[in-house]
Amino acid sequence: MPDITKKSLTEIISLIKKKEVKSEEITQSFIKNIDSDKKLNSFITNCSEQALEKAKNFDKNPNLQTLLPGVPLAVKDLFCTEGVKTTAGSKMLENFIPNYESTITKNLWNEGAFLLGKLNCDEYAMGSSNETSYYGNVMNPIAENTVPGGSSGGSASALAADLTPTTIGTDTGGSIRQPASFTGTVGLKPTYGLCSRWGIVAFASSLDQAGPMTKTVEDCALMLEAMAGFDEKDSTSINKKKENYSKKLTDNIKGLKIGIPKEYRVDGMPKEIDQLWENGKKILKDSGAEIIDISLPNTKYALPTYYIVAPAEASSNLARYDGVKYGFRSSKGKNLIEMYENTRSEGFGDEVKRRILIGTYVLSSGYYDAYYIKAQKVRQLIKNDFDQSFKKVDAILTPSTPSAAFKIGEKKDDPISMYLNDIFTVPVNLAGIPAISIPAGTDSNNYPLGLQLIGKPLDEQKLLNIAYAAEKKINFKQNLQRWWEK
Amino acid sequence: MSIDKDKIKHISKLARISVDEKKIDSLTKDLSSIFKFIEKLNELKTDNIEPLSSILDEPLRLRKDEINDGKIREKILENSPQKNEEFFVVPKVIE
Repeated sequence: MPDITKKSLTEIISLIKKKEVKSEEITQSFIKNIDSDKKLNSFITNCSEQALEKAKNFDKNPNLQTLLPGVPLAVKDLFCTEGVKTTAGSKMLENFIPNYESTITKNLWNEGAFLLGKLNCDEYAMGSSNETSYYGNVMNPIAENTVPGGSSGGSASALAADLTPTTIGTDTGGSIRQPASFTGTVGLKPTYGLCSRWGIVAFASSLDQAGPMTKTVEDCALMLEAMAGFDEKDSTSINKKKENYSKKLTDNIKGLKIGIPKEYRVDGMPKEIDQLWENGKKILKDSGAEIIDISLPNTKYALPTYYIVAPAEASSNLARYDGVKYGFRSSKGKNLIEMYENTRSEGFGDEVKRRILIGTYVLSSGYYDAYYIKAQKVRQLIKNDFDQSFKKVDAILTPSTPSAAFKIGEKKDDPISMYLNDIFTVPVNLAGIPAISIPAGTDSNNYPLGLQLIGKPLDEQKLLNIAYAAEKKINFKQNLQRWWEK
Repeated sequence: MSIDKDKIKHISKLARISVDEKKIDSLTKDLSSIFKFIEKLNELKTDNIEPLSSILDEPLRLRKDEINDGKIREKILENSPQKNEEFFVVPKVIE
């Protein structure tokens, strides 16, 4: 049999269901690939042994009635996993072993999957290149010394390099879609409230959403189906019936209206991205969709708004790390206050501290109205832009990122240039709506580029259908040199 | 709005993060450029706009306050950096 790790999740499941391959065999194949992870550094915790145990147990008495029967998979190290270290990419949680399981991972295990390992990410999901992780850079399998994007960089890298058949990430401002775009994979940020946030290490609670990262759109539909669902433990979870995204997946998108927002054409964008966007329009038109020019006039205010709202929420969420109940504690300090201050200074990295300070400032007495309330007003305007547009169109097509993957260190010393990476993805989080990134072409270095489709709240099915139709016509082929195995 | 060293010291006090003197200059520079960036919002008139309070259409749900995952004190304490029997230990607060 050709290398099973290169197959899509859907193909692997079909082989398991036809009993042509055992879960143990599949698990062994991925473990073998994970052994070559040293240069990529996509894993923080390797759970190979437990995974093999689970695979053997599955094979003894296989239940094929689930969505993910006998599937091993690794997850971003932001999801709490019972009895397995969960670091959030931070020194602060280096020894933290949760005694509960996040709802999302629990849903996956209930559908027959099991844990292969925990994947590297930017510290507390704050970053766009995976360079803020305490556990080191992750490399993009497309080229040595190239970033995989972030914050779900380890997830994207492990998926693209065939170290896991599928994975999950979280997306606060683009943390699923930007790394998907950088690695030639598919990433979906669902509607806010569709996937439970319970048991995910919190960054910015009004923006955070978990979502699938996969090799194909079909896999993405299947994973979303397994993840989504009402959860009483998350007060913002939407109470709605479960949907069969994968069963209803169709490439018939005739008559759908696709909006093209003129504000997403930004200065200095490489011409390949313009071409990619044009090509995307053409492909959707050829599939029977109607292309309509639209305007999202407040787009340019999305990033400044995000860099008030997200740090504000982060500063209050991360107040819990005080070195008392769990996590790192500094040995320095004469009294309780000094212990807090040293713990947080030594336990958090520079980017996290920077954002806590920004957040603390914009929420502080005398500045709250000028910054935080102002940002929430602009956030309302950004949401209104989308609401207006969705009266005219079914979905919106944009590039996923303003550039392809960059070199490690290239943007590290300039926070603003790093933040600009998320210029096309951030508005979606502010509006709480769903969006998917699919691989759509390459730049002059042959690095992957993605297209983003943005949809109405809870309209994931339509987004997946459009992405499915586009994927078939684009026919993107990943061509990795597998340099990290040498 | 300019950010200076004193402001950084004040904010870090509020945030309970001690700031290394050696890093305070670069931090001041970074935060100044970030605030310059976010102050772009001041171009926009928002006098009559209601600030967004929730992205969801529905109000937040309440649930019954029932214990459903209790009796894990030992497990919770295992993650503590310092404990004594069933207590978390912190540096002395009262002399």
